Amino acid sequence: MNALLAADLPYWVQSLLRVLGGLVAVLLPAGTIVYLFLFKMMSFMQSRLGPMEAGPYGSMQLFAEVGKWLQKEDITPARADRTIFKIAPLVVLASTFLLVAVVPFGPDAWFTNFEAGVFYMLAVSSVSVLGILIAGWSSANKYSLLGGLRAAGQLIAYELPMVLAVIGVIIQAGTMNLQGIVVAQNGGEIFGWNGLGNPYILTQFTGFIIFMIAVQAELTQTPFDMPIAESELVSGYMTEYSGFRFLTFFIAEFATAGVFSLIASVLFLGGWGVPFAWFDWKSIDDISDWMNVVGPLIMFTKMMVLAFVIMWVRFSYPRFREDQLQRFAWKVLIPISLVNIMITAILKVAF
Amino acid sequence: MQGEKLGVVGSPVVASWAMSEFLRSYLVVFWFGLIALLLASLLLGISVLIRPSNPTREKLLTYESGVDPVGEGWSQSQIRYYVFALLFVVFDVEAVFIFPWATQLERYAGFGLVEMGVFVGVLLLGLVYAWRKGVLRWV
Repeated sequence: MNALLAADLPYWVQSLLRVLGGLVAVLLPAGTIVYLFLFKMMSFMQSRLGPMEAGPYGSMQLFAEVGKWLQKEDITPARADRTIFKIAPLVVLASTFLLVAVVPFGPDAWFTNFEAGVFYMLAVSSVSVLGILIAGWSSANKYSLLGGLRAAGQLIAYELPMVLAVIGVIIQAGTMNLQGIVVAQNGGEIFGWNGLGNPYILTQFTGFIIFMIAVQAELTQTPFDMPIAESELVSGYMTEYSGFRFLTFFIAEFATAGVFSLIASVLFLGGWGVPFAWFDWKSIDDISDWMNVVGPLIMFTKMMVLAFVIMWVRFSYPRFREDQLQRFAWKVLIPISLVNIMITAILKVAF
Repeated sequence: MQGEKLGVVGSPVVASWAMSEFLRSYLVVFWFGLIALLLASLLLGISVLIRPSNPTREKLLTYESGVDPVGEGWSQSQIRYYVFALLFVVFDVEAVFIFPWATQLERYAGFGLVEMGVFVGVLLLGLVYAWRKGVLRWV
């Protein structure tokens, strides 16, 4: 049980702490990703400076942006389906928070410890597309409608490779509990050598690549950004949104990028753990309490590395065409991931 | 973890306690959904206080590249991914069957491997069939 929190705190204090932790776990990565990668890294890649005025090197730009968007008029088109139109950004943001609830940050620093955490993660990750779909539909705009439908088609195509890529990890770990997957990686060994543990990026490299491609598609980041293709659809499902509701979509997009990076680091990079052999830990009960402080920092580092990769791809590649997208998912990713499952299973039984 | 007591003792008191522990972890999910809505509502509430509200007829028009919108926004569009949606449902249900097998593979060993080989083989055959039929094209 949660040694740090559960010892003598009443339930409502625990819940409050968890919720505050969740807020930090969503907003801190989102802010860091937007400032470091979207503002600064993109600018440097395009030979410009990016925001420089607000604070040193423009580091206060985020607060300026929020202040600016708060003052913008919130326009609901006369023809739109008003209630649904207003709810849609909240659905997208809520899905991000539901997703972060399952990520473990340390031996005792977790929000929920579901036995079927991977199931929960896969189920909740598609809620945001529901929000995007109703946003596109309720706007009563042709661009929005097309954007929403494209988003749904993309989800259908890329949900499967993601699910199938995760199965390889589960075969290796033998559990669907995310905490268990972290322990299995750090307590594992490669051919009897346990100096690195067994991060599944080494043994499940195919799965990792497929998972990251699917994440890119679920986030509608650039090679897969047909739902908001600005040269074809203005801004797709966000066309009619203005003011703070638009910003809510924006925050949710980058917060979800952060949360997916966290989940990918749990599944493939060893999560919060360090290889247990370094400190002679045998199981999760031996782990020292200081890992609850160091663990989140390790997670944050891995999250930044993966988010960097996501953004790097985003700034480097041109957009797919819609038929290329579907062909790539069904004729390349799904067969490869099915073969990957079988090879993993054969090797698991053989060794 | 405390929930393991369920298997050891199995008395109704412990069972109900473990059950509430299980439900409580889902209550955290509820809190997280609630805090998302509260955060967004709070910021939208602040925004209501300081933003202007000056709707005009032109502003409320549906955006269509600067010209007046033609026809309904909810126009009928060809649902090209109907077949893809069907295939998706098939594959997703199959994936749900693979998950429990994956957690218990060590116990099933060779038998489970052969079983799943047949299962995934049939799945792949379905994909090959759809491929040969030409439905995996976005026409």
